[in-house]
Amino acid sequence: MNKFKLDWLILPLLGIAVILGLWALFSATWAKDLPSPLKTWESSKPYIVEPFAKRGEMDQGILRFTWYSLTLVAQGYALALIIGTPIGFFLGLSKGFTKTFDPIIQILRPVSPLAWLPLGLVLFLGTGKEAGTYGALFTIAICAMWPTVLNTAVGVRAVPQDYLNVGRVLKLSRWKTLTKILIPATLPYMFTGFRLSLGIAWLVIVAAEMLTGRPGVGGFLWQEYNALIYEHIILSIIVIGLVGFVLDRLMSLLEQRFKTA
Amino acid sequence: MHIKARPLRNLILTFTPMPFLELNGVCKGFGGPEVLTDVNLAIERGEFVAIVGYSGSGKTTLISLIAGLQKPDRGTVKLNDLEITGPGPDRGVVFQNYSLLPWLTVAENIALAVDQVFPNHSAEKRTAIVDKAIATVNLTPAREKLPRQLSGGMRQRVSVARALAMDPQILLLDEPLSALDALTRSTLQDEFERIWEADKKTVVLITNDVDEALLLADRIIPLTPGPGATLGESVAVTLARPRDRKALNHDPEFKRLRALVTNQLLGFGAKRRATITKKLILPDILPEDLDVPRTSRKRPLRPHEIKQEEVAAAT
Repeated sequence: MNKFKLDWLILPLLGIAVILGLWALFSATWAKDLPSPLKTWESSKPYIVEPFAKRGEMDQGILRFTWYSLTLVAQGYALALIIGTPIGFFLGLSKGFTKTFDPIIQILRPVSPLAWLPLGLVLFLGTGKEAGTYGALFTIAICAMWPTVLNTAVGVRAVPQDYLNVGRVLKLSRWKTLTKILIPATLPYMFTGFRLSLGIAWLVIVAAEMLTGRPGVGGFLWQEYNALIYEHIILSIIVIGLVGFVLDRLMSLLEQRFKTA
Repeated sequence: MHIKARPLRNLILTFTPMPFLELNGVCKGFGGPEVLTDVNLAIERGEFVAIVGYSGSGKTTLISLIAGLQKPDRGTVKLNDLEITGPGPDRGVVFQNYSLLPWLTVAENIALAVDQVFPNHSAEKRTAIVDKAIATVNLTPAREKLPRQLSGGMRQRVSVARALAMDPQILLLDEPLSALDALTRSTLQDEFERIWEADKKTVVLITNDVDEALLLADRIIPLTPGPGATLGESVAVTLARPRDRKALNHDPEFKRLRALVTNQLLGFGAKRRATITKKLILPDILPEDLDVPRTSRKRPLRPHEIKQEEVAAAT
């Protein structure tokens, strides 16, 4: 156990340094259009040091953009959980329901967010200016739902017969069996699903913003690509990655908390 | 004299109590061969009956039938002359694997049962029932603990407390102690005896331990090995209570009963025993010397270099 104490800090920093080095090398050699790390930093500085500034619709501090994206993700994600969890319970509880809907779920599940978005826009054409928002919400919800649906279903099927026997011996009502036995026993699986769903919701938001042009990290990225300010693409990518990482950590903490036995 | 005796006999017949729990020609299979065939059982109120059998002989199926968790294919199971159609809290079951809900504390696990069985009691009264049940199994200090923080023996006590708290008409104990170590088992056996002495509930204990059955039961019924298991001749345990495990070991009656039950069980086993003998071939392997440095280890033995030893074994 004579290991270097700070390896948890030093080694990741080393990893980052390696990537920065490669990045600088590439931008200096064969990818001339790729901005160097230093240039990226200089160009991104106003967005980072004033993260909440609002200079125009598509010229705002990076955290302000992130905030827009997060609020939309939160809504879409909430929708995904509200719809997905009960579907998961039905799938887990009823063989008939599974036989009826499992094939269609398996077909819809691998469909890319980029394919859903136009459909979402069409669906909400009637709302006029808000179609973009509703379309994006629809896309997030329908793409992020599947891990929650499937994990909940697996969790419900995995509830030990012993627990259900306790419920039967006590003659618990259906509602009490659900709230006292099924839901607590399924929670760990549900939270694994929730965590995966959040990851997907965050992936989808960027695509949705790029296509709808909504203000947000993804919209910013696409706009700066069109404006030929490539430094900001990299800034956006880093921010998207960091936010995704933090969200996953937070969910993982929640998941740990709900681990039962 | 002859004429006078008849009404007397009739009178006795009238007063002979109906069996409290009655199984009549019960058969149960799970699609395949029958696990239980023609099981007949009559248990009086307040009786402590132990059903002893080999593992895999259908003991758990039998208790599931009484608990109502399974339905018999043929025959009837009656409690208090009413046919059992499903599970219910009038039959408190203690499962072999405790079956506690891991996200609830000891008190909450028991309270779930108490709230369900006594919905009309006041909250204080229900809490009092929970506390009393916990105290009965000596777990008051562990009241707020989660099952995973408890040892196996303590978990089984919680399970017993939960069954007792429901104040069932009959207690069904499905190999409650078989997952525990020998010391814990004997402590819990003594505790079972004490609890049973206190309120003389009707108990059906399923076990594979003849000594445990002799220590606790009024009557022992051996279960023949499955498939197609059925109940054998019941043996009345006439040992005086309270039974002291140390004294019992020297009690001639205890020894006689144990021999009786064991012989019955072994008798069943003999019928099942196959008469083939087969040769076991043991590979000639020497223990490896771990002190010898690894590099100097010889290459593995080739198949023809392995010396083989033949042992005739009877199965």
